[in-house]
Amino acid sequence: MIKISHLVKNYGNFTAVDDISFEVAKGEVLGFLGPNGAGKSTTMNMLTGYLSSTSGSIKIGGVDVLDDPLNAKRLIGYLPEQPPLYPDMTVEEYLSFAYDLKNCKLNKEKHLREICEVVKITDVYHRMLKNLSKGYKQRVGIAQALVGNPPVIIFDEPTIGLDPKQIIEIRNLIRTLGKEHTVILSTHILQEVQAVCDRIVIINKGKIVANELTENISRAVENTRRFNVKISGPQRDVLSLLRNLPGICYAEVLAARDGDAYTYMIESEVGIDIRKKLFWALADKKWPLIGLEALGMSIEDIFIAVVDKTAPEAQAKAKKKTRYEGVRAAEEKGIASDIVDKTVEEQKNVSFEEESTDSAYYEDHSIKEDTFASDDKKDE
Amino acid sequence: MLAIYKKEMRSYFINPVGYVFIGVFLALSAGLCCYTTLQSNTYSTASYYYWLILSMIIIIPLLTMRTFSEERKMRTEQMLMTAPISITGMVMGKYLAAMTIYGGSLLVSCINLIPLYIIGKEESALDPDGLTIKGPVTPEIIGSLLGVLLVGAVFIAIGILISSMTENQLSAAVVTIAVLAVMLILNILNNVGTEEAGTRLINNYAVRYVIDWISVVSRFTNLQYGILDWSAMLYYVSMTFIAIYLTVRVYERRRWA
Repeated sequence: MIKISHLVKNYGNFTAVDDISFEVAKGEVLGFLGPNGAGKSTTMNMLTGYLSSTSGSIKIGGVDVLDDPLNAKRLIGYLPEQPPLYPDMTVEEYLSFAYDLKNCKLNKEKHLREICEVVKITDVYHRMLKNLSKGYKQRVGIAQALVGNPPVIIFDEPTIGLDPKQIIEIRNLIRTLGKEHTVILSTHILQEVQAVCDRIVIINKGKIVANELTENISRAVENTRRFNVKISGPQRDVLSLLRNLPGICYAEVLAARDGDAYTYMIESEVGIDIRKKLFWALADKKWPLIGLEALGMSIEDIFIAVVDKTAPEAQAKAKKKTRYEGVRAAEEKGIASDIVDKTVEEQKNVSFEEESTDSAYYEDHSIKEDTFASDDKKDE
Repeated sequence: MLAIYKKEMRSYFINPVGYVFIGVFLALSAGLCCYTTLQSNTYSTASYYYWLILSMIIIIPLLTMRTFSEERKMRTEQMLMTAPISITGMVMGKYLAAMTIYGGSLLVSCINLIPLYIIGKEESALDPDGLTIKGPVTPEIIGSLLGVLLVGAVFIAIGILISSMTENQLSAAVVTIAVLAVMLILNILNNVGTEEAGTRLINNYAVRYVIDWISVVSRFTNLQYGILDWSAMLYYVSMTFIAIYLTVRVYERRRWA
């Protein structure tokens, strides 16, 4: 649905986006991650035709954004970083303007009402935009992007300024949208990506450093070998047992103490599930196992590791960490470098070849009447 | 384009700007009409329309200052630029909306001339055999109205061009006033003194020719006397197009920056 190849954007001598390529399939929700100033917004602005690229091409549904901007823009709904609201308009006027601007052909009244219900702004429908709270403004911005039911929806940090309940609602909305639409989502909030996106693209200093399915990352993350175990028993004996247990390559006592129970951090050898063995070993000694917690890596760790790996100056800093952190960092780096290497490889392999776009141009992007495919509408 | 036009028209009347412009325009034109015709004991509208054009320097920027600078400041231009409309359509929508307000005000300001017609009719009734025409000359008025409309069209296009180059409404207004004032002052300087007495302020013919070219008012004279001067009208239309074209270029340029 969206194909970006060898996209470059220079501002004078500064390269904001440096030769990035990726594709987004139809019905995919793509998370676009990166630290501040990585080039996320620039990329999104180029995708939507607000900025032009220095070189490279962007195709939306087979239509090149620079060759045929009007048809390409017709396929996109865009929520910029700062929602583009006219403070003097009411929500109704504003959405009606967006409707006219996009030259929609759907039933106006019904379409706008439907969108308002989906983003839950029906109760402020007749109020002035300048009097709305940040959360409502953000949602009106989202509503504006949905007007005309475009097949591609691009959100630049959609959940900023919303309260936790609203964030969950918006995430659910994005997930619903993802069933029928292609969604690109930029964000700082990593749980959001994990919760909503099918695929993650991490960009740093204008280059893509990772492009991976979310489940692959999650699997890599879950496949941990480290546990925090809480064992009630004499500390020194327990520790020596742990250290001598075959399959455990590392063990140490953590500071937390609860009665006569101590918490230990252990790391197993590769490819072994140590938990059962550990349980029986402790049962033999009659030292009750009180707690067992897998030290999963969060997606944050991966993100930081990936970004660090691509920023050499940060690597030096990482060396100064304690041994415990060192072990963690080593593992993160392992996963991160796998991802980064694979991505670098992929980026190189994107070819410049031109496919025949004639057939793609006439691809069916017709807009269906039942926008948000909710259950109650099927009864009608 | 229609969507932009409708939105602009609405915003002129949601904000006080539209009302202020119409109010100031009507008050100014009424005052000027009073002083230049009734007070001066003449039916000639020539100086009325000349002064009206001079006053445009101050009031046209009211209309144009916020067109693009406001959009840029509020970041709403992002919505317009990513919508499936061309930049030309966007600029034309805004231009036509400003022209509608301006043309409408100009049309309403014609009520200022009603007293002239009434007085003219009365004077003619008193002196039925009089050889001189009593009352205002309608072709002159029509020509002048057309001229004022076209000059205003140029001024609005220039105002919009300047508004597209800045983010601040106030600086847009000030720069527009400056540019329009320079255009008119150059024309006045150009006409100081006479050839015969040798008192021309600007003696070089080439300089005078160039100044004549950029000063919009000098072409107004023929229209003022009811002559449909096609070259003048073409000149005004071209100037308008140049300014609108440059506005479109400003936006294209920004995308490539």
